Amino acid sequence: MKKILLWAGLVFLLLVLVVGLIRSQQGQVGIGEVAPDFELISFSGETYQISDFRGKVIVVNFWASWCEACKPEAADLEAAYKFYEPRGDVLFLGVDYVDTEPEALAYLEEFKITYPNGPDLRTRISQAFRITGVPETFIINQDGIIAHVQIGPFRSLEEIKSTIDPLLDL
Amino acid sequence: MTNRLRRILQLLTVTLLLSAIIPGYAMAQGSEPTDDEVNAIAKQLYCPVCENISLDACGTAACEQWRNIIREKLKEGWTEDEIKTYFVDQYGDRVMAEPPRRGFNWLVYIVPLLVFIIGIILLYRAFQIWRSPEPEIISKKNSKKSADKSTDEYINRVEEELRKRSKG
Amino acid sequence: MVADIGFGSLMITLIVSIYGLGAAYYGQQNRKELWVLSAKRAMSLVFPLLTISVGSLIYLLLTDHFEIVYVTEVSSRSMPDYLKITALWGGQAGSLLFWSWLLAAFTSAVTLRKWDRDQDFLPWVIIVSLATLIFFLILNVFFENPFIQYWQTPEGIITAFSTPPGGVTIFPRDGGGLNPLLRHPGMIIHPPMQYLGFVAFIIPFSYAMASLITGRSDDRWIQLSRRWTLWAWLFLSLGLVLGARWAYDVLGWGGYWAWDPVEISALMPWLSGTAFLHSVLIQEKRGMFKQLTMVLIILTYNLVIFGTFLTRSGLLSSVHAFSKSAIGPIFLAFISLTLIISLVLLTRRWERLKSREVLTSFFSKEALIIISIVLLLGILVTSFWGVLFPKISEMVTGQKVTVGPPFYERVAAPIFGGMLLIMIICPLAVWSYASFKHLGKLLWKPFIVSMIGIALPLYGGLTHWAAVVAFWLISFVLAVNVFEFFRRTKIRRKNQNDSWGSSLLYILKKNRRAYSAMIIHVAVVLMALGIVGIEFFQTETQGTIPEGGELSLASYTMVFEKLDIFDTDDARNVARATVSVEKDGQIIDVLYPRRDFFYDSNQPMTIPGVRSTLVDDFYVILIDWKTISAEGATFKVYHNPLVKWLWIGAWIFIFGVVAATWPDKKTKLVPVRAK
Repeated sequence: MKKILLWAGLVFLLLVLVVGLIRSQQGQVGIGEVAPDFELISFSGETYQISDFRGKVIVVNFWASWCEACKPEAADLEAAYKFYEPRGDVLFLGVDYVDTEPEALAYLEEFKITYPNGPDLRTRISQAFRITGVPETFIINQDGIIAHVQIGPFRSLEEIKSTIDPLLDL
Repeated sequence: MTNRLRRILQLLTVTLLLSAIIPGYAMAQGSEPTDDEVNAIAKQLYCPVCENISLDACGTAACEQWRNIIREKLKEGWTEDEIKTYFVDQYGDRVMAEPPRRGFNWLVYIVPLLVFIIGIILLYRAFQIWRSPEPEIISKKNSKKSADKSTDEYINRVEEELRKRSKG
Repeated sequence: MVADIGFGSLMITLIVSIYGLGAAYYGQQNRKELWVLSAKRAMSLVFPLLTISVGSLIYLLLTDHFEIVYVTEVSSRSMPDYLKITALWGGQAGSLLFWSWLLAAFTSAVTLRKWDRDQDFLPWVIIVSLATLIFFLILNVFFENPFIQYWQTPEGIITAFSTPPGGVTIFPRDGGGLNPLLRHPGMIIHPPMQYLGFVAFIIPFSYAMASLITGRSDDRWIQLSRRWTLWAWLFLSLGLVLGARWAYDVLGWGGYWAWDPVEISALMPWLSGTAFLHSVLIQEKRGMFKQLTMVLIILTYNLVIFGTFLTRSGLLSSVHAFSKSAIGPIFLAFISLTLIISLVLLTRRWERLKSREVLTSFFSKEALIIISIVLLLGILVTSFWGVLFPKISEMVTGQKVTVGPPFYERVAAPIFGGMLLIMIICPLAVWSYASFKHLGKLLWKPFIVSMIGIALPLYGGLTHWAAVVAFWLISFVLAVNVFEFFRRTKIRRKNQNDSWGSSLLYILKKNRRAYSAMIIHVAVVLMALGIVGIEFFQTETQGTIPEGGELSLASYTMVFEKLDIFDTDDARNVARATVSVEKDGQIIDVLYPRRDFFYDSNQPMTIPGVRSTLVDDFYVILIDWKTISAEGATFKVYHNPLVKWLWIGAWIFIFGVVAATWPDKKTKLVPVRAK
């Protein structure tokens, strides 16, 4: 009886370690995977549920006001948003990772960002995407599948367009 | 002016003067919290980004922002519990120094307690066993191995004798 | 060239170790002694061979060979030479090599003893030790090679050991340098001591395995490994204390232990190691608890491997952990192997280890030791669960949680209190026997004296009940030990009509083990005093003040006199504050807390100014994440009562353990199994 308990305990321990190790090595959600569904409540109070936007291209950008590396791409992202806005089939969402509201709003003000941004409450969204830092951007296609993963900032507006255009057959 | 009107005016003047003299009651909430008051709360929270560092010891710009949030909330009159709840709602359970006592997290507290109780029980039973010599040595399954056992027992007995003689 | 020598030597060591393992096994199975002898010689070679590897890496570090990836990662031109040497263990690859080297030191050393009487142990000791060494060498050779270089290839920059096609060596101008937190004298001694403590346990473990495999149930393996165990335990204890001291000196949160998962990984083998040491004692004296002793050494060794796995695999995140690495899976495979094999062996030999002895009294020494072992294991199990739970929680619920100090302290504090209670009785307890009358007679005088431990704090205005109890227990243990010393010296004096001095010397020499144990326990109690002081009574304050401003805490006042900012010639920018400490209006000390900013790694570090006395520490830090200027600098001040006793206790502890390991004049005879 005691033997069974002992071995069961050992197996349980090894299982925990194996699964834990696999998970820690996993990395972000990858291209081809179904994008996690989530709800974002923007700073201005609107709610965005990702699954409601099936049929559109969704750009999910993780950032933070304390993130120095996020700053170079901020203006480019806004410009890209403005570029695709007339078409109406590309949604830009900024997810503010582990940040404070006054500083976040100041950041948005500084870079004159007009597309919806909201806090990642309880880090649920970043955990779903398994991000390892900021900035990271995930481009989701019209079928809800991850089409592109950008670790680190985009280097230019052209780079952003080059990831979105193929999805719109441009 | 009628007497009544004068009375009312007097009352008003006195009230105004008094409220100018008696300071602070309306202003109490606006006083700047000290670093110590902020740290007292920050000590109990953990940095949401860097793991296992408490918020009062963390030196990053982000942590400084979070301490400022605590400072702002204290200025607005929030209580310690309200501030802690705010942090949990914003950043998740990991900012607390211990898992909140609900649902699955109960396991973290119960398992050590269980193990402790089991340990006491095992110890008690072990003491019982050790206090009385075992009759089972001869019986049951080990009759095949009795040959090995007797050599071991012989060695053990010799060792006991030597132990008794050599240790002083 | 040097890198080639270093890596080549590493490879050769691996090959020699594999040969040794094979030769020992073959020789053992086929009863061919010459093969076993050859294996022993092979094992004695691993240390000199690895020394070549380590020497090469140190040379590369000292001569700024930045084309070697590791050198760039951990070293820089501006670092002083002694730091460049410590950079050997500053990163994952180098510290693994360092670990292997220390492991090899022990495995080679064990070949030097006379093996004539223990021929049946030898092959298995070789096999187990070399198997462990081979694992770590595989890590170094195939996964974390410290000798790989930067190459410029048509595809871009890659890192590899041998020249890739079209590759040209790149020579970076400078490296990133050690993390500033590591640029401290603590770095010189804490990691080596900690690693020594970890790897030294391979020797008792391999002896234990040899005993199990050969089916023995006697004490021989304990006698053979006794001194190794004591040294391993000493190093491990020192590693922990030094880590605590370093944290206190440098990390700037006025504390010494954060219950961080990596710290706990180092604590767990110490807990089971201490339990093992005490269980060995019972086995030697009374032939009991052989099963327990075996369980404990297996536990200790596996916890060492498990601890280093947690630290290096990226499974946990902590300030201590190395950055993520590919070695996780193979480490897990190795742990599974060692756990399963040791458990299988243990269960197969379980019945053989049963003893026929009986426990005669609840207050005999054996009973007290058993209780203390259970207490130690209680902390161990709780810590283990606390370290794993966040991962389990994340897997099951998806929620990340923190298991922090409150969880551990709640359990550790009462358990340590319980151990203090046991330490009161244990110097008086005897083997196999106890009576309340006997104990009572010996206890009543120290008990009276221990009342000082309650009276003084209460008189001083203390109301915290747990602290009063702790002080009382501490004074009780100290009183008991002092009285015991006196009593035995007095008996000797009466019997021999000797002077106090020579009587004391005589009893110390006659029963050195018992007295070193008493000294060690007294040392532990003094450390407890320091811990109680700082844990219960630490106060702190923080404030931003200009030059001339002051902060007050606990009857002291610090005055910010002046600020100097300057560059040093080892690439640091130093902001040094001159702070005077006043008490009752008088200046009693001047402190210099400072902030060092390292240009090469772009990171700051703070060094506190500390005034340390037997009564308390006054600890001032210059906060480096706020602006530091004459108009306003932020200081954090801690008042830590009694913490100096933690370090004093540690010194006495070292003395006690060294006294315990001092070689005996006579060697004891023990029967050897006839062939």
